[in-house]
Amino acid sequence: MSLQGLVERLPRLVRVFDFLLPLLATLAALAIGAVMLVLLKASPLESYSALLEGAFGSKNALADTLVKATPLLLVGLGICIAFRGGVINIGGEGQLVVGAVAGTLVGLKFPDASGWLIVPSALLVGFLAGGIWGGIPGFLKAYFNVNEILSTIMMNQIAVQGMNYLLRGPMIDPVQLEAASRIPQTARLSAQFDLPRLIPTRLHLGTGLAIMAAVLVFIFLWRTTAGYRIRAVGLNPHASRYAGVNVKRYIVLSLLLSGAFAGLAGVIQVYGVNHRMFTDGSATGFTGGAGFNGIVAALFGQLHPLGTIPASFLFGALLVGANKLQRVMQVPSALITALNGLVVVFVVSSELWRRRLARARTVETKEEALPPTDAEAKVVP
Amino acid sequence: MITDLFAANVIVGILASGIRLATPYLYAAIGETFGQRSGILNLGVDGQMLLGAFAGFYVAFNTGNLWLGVFAAMLVGFAMGLAMAFISVTLRAEQGISGIGVYLFGLGLSDLLFQKTLGTVETVSGFRPVHIPVLSDIPVIGEIFFSHNILVYIAFALVPISWFVLNKTTLGLKIRSVGENPHAADSLGVSVSRVRYFTVTFGGMMSGLAGASLSIALLNVFQQNMTNGLGFIAVALVYFGGWRPVGVLVGSLLFSMVNALQLWVQVLNIPIPSEYAVMMPYVLTILALVVAVQRVRPPAALTKPFERGE
Repeated sequence: MSLQGLVERLPRLVRVFDFLLPLLATLAALAIGAVMLVLLKASPLESYSALLEGAFGSKNALADTLVKATPLLLVGLGICIAFRGGVINIGGEGQLVVGAVAGTLVGLKFPDASGWLIVPSALLVGFLAGGIWGGIPGFLKAYFNVNEILSTIMMNQIAVQGMNYLLRGPMIDPVQLEAASRIPQTARLSAQFDLPRLIPTRLHLGTGLAIMAAVLVFIFLWRTTAGYRIRAVGLNPHASRYAGVNVKRYIVLSLLLSGAFAGLAGVIQVYGVNHRMFTDGSATGFTGGAGFNGIVAALFGQLHPLGTIPASFLFGALLVGANKLQRVMQVPSALITALNGLVVVFVVSSELWRRRLARARTVETKEEALPPTDAEAKVVP
Repeated sequence: MITDLFAANVIVGILASGIRLATPYLYAAIGETFGQRSGILNLGVDGQMLLGAFAGFYVAFNTGNLWLGVFAAMLVGFAMGLAMAFISVTLRAEQGISGIGVYLFGLGLSDLLFQKTLGTVETVSGFRPVHIPVLSDIPVIGEIFFSHNILVYIAFALVPISWFVLNKTTLGLKIRSVGENPHAADSLGVSVSRVRYFTVTFGGMMSGLAGASLSIALLNVFQQNMTNGLGFIAVALVYFGGWRPVGVLVGSLLFSMVNALQLWVQVLNIPIPSEYAVMMPYVLTILALVVAVQRVRPPAALTKPFERGE
């Protein structure tokens, strides 16, 4: 009786657990962070309150958090698509860079055109460029069986070197060339291309676009045939093949779309925040590590496009708060990178317990639902 | 001028630096080979290397004892390897993603420790070249092969040793069987998790040593993110090398030679944009992966967590 009662309540328990899991993982990471802070001779309480204040303390802080969350959300959406499709995309950094470069080129090429024309075109071009950059590893995975984890990582490095080359040479700001300082950055894009600011803060339209994109990705994955097939291929490629799905094509599509959203994140970063491209030689100089942190956000959001919205907000807050942490407590913001790593490890590791609970649930419901077999039916007189 | 590249002393220089630069790839990729042969993909190599590089440098910088630095780097690698083993074997986490977590952790922590303890880029006087008597006096050959520091020699010695261990010992047989068919190995009384713990922890130690070979033998500095993705390439080299130590050696040399060439192209001021040169190894790796995976099949249980009675 009591066992049956527990089983009946189990589905709900599992749901709650699903939701709590990432939060528990983050708390565990923050607890380890507290230990590290003590070792660094900084008060954890003061440090974390500085972090919170830096992220939410004022209207500007909140706006910065949203701005920081925007690329995380877009990259995270791509991660959701890829992982749902059964492929792993570690190439967010490179895809973001390629999207940003391509999008910037559009704005630089037509400095006098109307913003109504250029901004949408730039967004589209960035989306496509990121898609191509993600699609190449997808193609290699589908048709040549090249491990996409490795190829996307290599594509990151290639993209960064390509960006460095373009920004130090062909795309460099003519002013930098004349001044002979040769800071590797492009000219500022014309002011009419700036994404509109929503309230008098740094918050820009891109954040709204990213949230819309999340809803669209949700509809795509759960309400369209292509999305359904991507998920089917991710769950069971063999069954999908027998069902007549062109598995290879959907592998390419998952990685292509995954890259496209990272590319979009890049253009939005340029048109909404920096208004130019620049490089410090590494990928993170421009991306701020969004290509990796987007993975963290997506995992935290249970690889669900809508779950990724609050998740990226949270990690945006962590990143913005980390700056304050560094200023006030002299704790390097690298601490947050390390903690993000721990969150990933904890979330992924706790999957085992979630699966166990879920399995207990499905076994129970299956036994209830199965009709009596012929043999059993015959025994009954 | 581009013809400068073909001067004899330049070619010798390129070959010698190519051999030297293969060192970190070799350590990391040989260690990773053991893990992958037993079925575990450790994608956190780069993070483990960074922590090893920091630990090795920090200890060597403060004690002046390079071997103590090597020991510290391997100890840190050991701990990180143990952590990765716990995550992937005991907790059976998805290996590709948890490896990225380990990478981010190592990247952040090494940077944090660097800023808090050293603050600025310092240098140590690292391992000096050991000129092997007689052999190093042979013109050309001596300079290319026999005038390197001790960590370079150890790295190359690891190749035949690990070939022997993997192919000619009981331990090697266990590792391979666990990577190919863990259920069969399990039914014959081989402890799948013990073997995997061993290989992944060993891999972590090698990653730590790979980091130290950068920070106290090749470059003699520590900087934030100084590996710049080298650990990821090491993982790719294992695929490229077909999960065999000799293949890994070929891949490491190919890679480090291209790298050495690239460095010399910059030194000689040859008008090729340096970005192209830096990019080349990565393009090469992708192409190499395309060719390599058509040739050999990966260990059947690679990335698949083992669970009894499935």
